[in-house]
Parts: sequence; structure tokens; C-alpha cells
Amino acid sequence: MNYIQIKNLSKRYFDVNALENINIKISRGSLFGLLGPNGAGKTTLLKILATLISPDDGKVEINGIDLVKKQRQIRELIGYVAQEISLDKILTGRELLDFQADLYHIPKTKKLERIQDLIIKLDMQNWIDRKCGTYSGGMKRRIDLAAGLLHLPEVLILDEPTVGLDIESRNIIWDLLKKLKNDGMTIILSSHYLNEIDYLADTVVIINDGKVIDQGNPSYLKSKLGGERISLKVREFSSPEESEKVKEILNKIDGIRQIVINSAQGYSLNFIAEKEKDLLTKLKVELAFSKFEIFSLTQSQPSLDDVYLQATGKTLQDAEIFMAGKRDLKKESKQSMR
Amino acid sequence: MELKQFNFLFLYQETFALTKRLFIQLKRRPSTLVAGILQPIIWLFLFGALFSNAPKDFLPGVDSYGNFLGAGLIVFTAFSGALNSGLPLMFDREFGFLNRLLVAPLTSRLSIILSSFLYITILSFIQSIAIMFISYLLGYGFPEFFGLGIVFATLILLVLFVTSISLCLAFILPGHIELIALIFVVNLPLLFASTALAPISFMPSWLGWIASFNPLTFAIEPIRVSYTSSINLDFIALHAPYGDLTCRNCISLLFILTISSLIVINPLLNKKLN
Repeated sequence: MNYIQIKNLSKRYFDVNALENINIKISRGSLFGLLGPNGAGKTTLLKILATLISPDDGKVEINGIDLVKKQRQIRELIGYVAQEISLDKILTGRELLDFQADLYHIPKTKKLERIQDLIIKLDMQNWIDRKCGTYSGGMKRRIDLAAGLLHLPEVLILDEPTVGLDIESRNIIWDLLKKLKNDGMTIILSSHYLNEIDYLADTVVIINDGKVIDQGNPSYLKSKLGGERISLKVREFSSPEESEKVKEILNKIDGIRQIVINSAQGYSLNFIAEKEKDLLTKLKVELAFSKFEIFSLTQSQPSLDDVYLQATGKTLQDAEIFMAGKRDLKKESKQSMR
Repeated sequence: MELKQFNFLFLYQETFALTKRLFIQLKRRPSTLVAGILQPIIWLFLFGALFSNAPKDFLPGVDSYGNFLGAGLIVFTAFSGALNSGLPLMFDREFGFLNRLLVAPLTSRLSIILSSFLYITILSFIQSIAIMFISYLLGYGFPEFFGLGIVFATLILLVLFVTSISLCLAFILPGHIELIALIFVVNLPLLFASTALAPISFMPSWLGWIASFNPLTFAIEPIRVSYTSSINLDFIALHAPYGDLTCRNCISLLFILTISSLIVINPLLNKKLN
């Protein structure tokens, strides 16, 4: 049975559709990845799951409990680690955890034990009694994660938990997430790091412009593309027109499919080639016939980026750059304030 | 507010935690407390000296200007503290810390508001006691037991009234800059348009009318009267242009204002917190 069900979920901010008709099912004890560029709607979805904002339409249930109607019950089930770390700079890490424990009504006897347990698990012994204002990014993220785990939630919601972290902190967090999942916790993790999702997630949903564009097990999504991923360049930096011409040629070759022009990489052509012996020879001949030479040709197994590229026509990095120019972070920050 | 599974022990636990956090902040950054005590004391010295030669009939019911000024400064200190009470909440909004509170399964989000009230009330009491004690050392007297009761009851009402407005502003205004600007605009004019520094009889008629409707005046006059030894609630505290007000009248008016403000802000707080 699905532990979390999201049905036809939509959310608008003035004239922008942040989420459009989202349908997702998450099983208990799984690590669920949300992949998409910044501004795709991941944070909005996670904020709805954390009861911080209400959806305009649709329904969300966690363990059969309606998220909008029974918010307090939902809050008892979830731990939320926000994208922007908000700590009280004046408090020490231990005081912050103590404060958090009281907000979750943890009895005094259990409180100290759990705080100590998390201090050890997240390797915070050396700096837990320093003021939060003195912490590095990795320390802040670890204390924030500890605060989210203090009440032993059934669902842990993490919004881009490893952005900008040092490798040590990232590895500690990854290891802990794996362990928590093995212990039966349901984890929802958003990220725009492909390797993170690939490494951690059992199931992944790819979101773009507020819409789900694909979902499933990462291996399944990659194998769905089939064949081998090929990236072809006929020049170091082709023009869009030239790439279109090459695309036409490729379209005529049997065994080549899902051709996408990648504008982020000098209008290279990405496609899937069936594993046939003489396909590359055919390709060379056809290109030579139209007076094109191969500048570079790389073969690889499909990655999640290829899945994203196939669905949107852009690489994740390309989408990041595009969204960075489009977003008004100041306006978004004001909108998210209560 | 959600009232299901309401648990007073949980409400106590979360309110205590929220209040404790504010006091830890105060302990590690005590400048607010120190400034809140120093400023009125400086005023007491300077204004006390400035008007020390004022004619006796200028000040009704007291024998020195310092004696007259004490009540005004106690109220002004509590008022300023309460007016600033929205700032921590505004910072929590701006820096996302409020989300940490809103994601928690609080028994009632009223605890966020309650903790601010508690913090400011206790802070005002500490500051007021310090001012009263220094006034006493300067020879301006000290209220008797019943008088002290009136001082604290009046301060609680004033703090509740002003804090509710400040918390409301902390949710309405876009940022702390705007809130600080508004505090600057409101703070001193309200002081000067009250009976904190001069009696109504000394003011031009139009200012006397304003001062006699100023909530600060309703708080100042009962406190001023509480310094007299023969105080009772039917003691005439204010000779307003529209008639005389007893201590009971002033406190009742303050009570009505406080309850009204709490009723008015309740829907907004509900909307913002739920």
C-alpha cells in the first residue's frame, strides 16, 4: 500500500503555476527523490508536505491522514529540513536541539538521550556547545538535520540537504540517510544533484516547470531509454541550423532514436543508438555523404541527466542556467514569508 | 486555532521553551535590558533637573517634578519595550526561523504569542522595579503594597495592549526596516502627547484633549496616584477636558482597549499562524 499519496495537486503563485496536477505515490520505508532544476516546483511541493503552505487543489494523504484537514497529526509524523538553514545564532547547538525537543513535547528523560544519540550519529561532539552563529555550512546542515530527526519522525522531508556542503558533511548525511531508510523511515529528498539521487533514491520523480515529467526507479528510467547514449558533434560549436541538418540525417538512419539537440553543449546531438555492429559505420557514411565530419563522438550508458534531457530537450545544467535568469529570488522570499 | 487534543502540559512546555529562548537571547545580548533601564534613568536625572524649579502649582498632587516624572518613565519604558516586541518575531519571519515553529506540532500556536507577552511583561517588570528603586534612592518615594499592585496591573494591561499591536504589525509589515521606522514615528510623539512629562493643565487645549484619550495617560495616572499613601481605586487620577477619571476609570479604559485589541488582532494572527 502507498504510504504517501499525492493526487492532482496544484499550486499557483499569482500568475505562476508552481505545481500543476501532480500525482505521486510513495511507499513506506523508501527513499524518494525529487529531481529537477531550481524553480521547478520541488520546494513548493515539499512545503506543502510539511504543512507550511496549502495547496490550491488536490489531495495529499500520509498514512491515510488528510494533510490539509489534520495538520497537527501530520506534523507529528514528519521531520522537515528546509533548504535555507534557519538557526538561532545566539543559541548553542545543544540549546537549539533542546528547544526543538520541547516544541515536539519530548519528555525530559528521553530528550537528553536522543540529543546525545544524534550528536554522536552526526559527529557533532566537538562543536555542539558552540553558538550556532559560529558554525560552517556543513555544521549548520548537520544540526538542522538533527533537529528534524529529534522526534523520530516517520517521514523525513529534506529540501536539497547537501547543497554547498563539504565532502565530509555530505558523506555523513548520505550515510545517515541510508541507515535511516534501512531502519524503515520514509525519506523524501529533493535535489538537483544527479549523483545524489542516483546513489540514494529508490524511486525518483523528475519535475520540470511544476509538472511531473517522469517517475520510477532510477535504473528503470535509465534502462527505459535503452541502447547506448551517444553525443555527437560535427564541429566544436555548431549553429542551430547546422544541428538541425545533422538531426535530419540521423533521423533517416535505422537504429537511431530520440535525437535531441543540446544547446548547452555547443548544439551537440544526443541520441540513443541500438547496439548494432555496423551502426556507427552507417552513421559515418551518411554524414560524409552530406559533407559532415565527426568532430567528436562519445558513447555512455544512459544517466538520469539523459532521462531529463530526453523529456525536456535540455540538460539539467542548462535548465538551471535558464531558471537562474528567470527567477526573482527576492520576490519569492517575500512570497514565502508568513 | 486548533483545539483538538489540547494539552495544557504541552502548552506549558512549548511556551516555556519559546520564552526561555528569548531570555537566553537577552542574557547573551543584554544591551536591550541595559538601555531600557539606563535611558529612563538618564531622563529622570535630566528632566528632573530641567524642571526642578517649576512652580509647585504646576504639578497637581506631587511635591517635586522627579516625583511626577517617575510614573511617566515607568510607563514609557514598558511601552517602548512592548512596542519593540514584534521585532524578534519579524526577524524569525525574515530568517525562516518561524517556519521551524510552524512545522512543529504545537498544541496551540498561541504559545508563540503567549511567549512574547510573557517575555515583555517580565522584562518590563524588571525595568520598572529598577526605575522605581532608583527613584526611591533619589528621594521620590515608593508605592505601598496596594499601590504596587496597581502599578503591576496597569503595566500588564499596557504591555498586553501594545504587544498585541506590535505582533500584529510584525505580521503585516514587509520587513524589520518598516517596523523600526514605524516604532520611531510612533514612540516619542505618543510620549509627548501624554501626561508623562507634563500635566494636562499645562498643555494647550488641543493637546490636552489628545493626551486625555492617549492610552499611555490611562496607564500613567493610576501609577502616579499609586505613589500617594492614601490611594484607593476611586481616587481622582485625571482631570480630563471631558471630566474627571478615577483610577478605576483609567484601568477600566485600559482593560477595554486591551481586550478590544486582542479581539481585533485574533483573526489576523489566526490567518497568519494557521
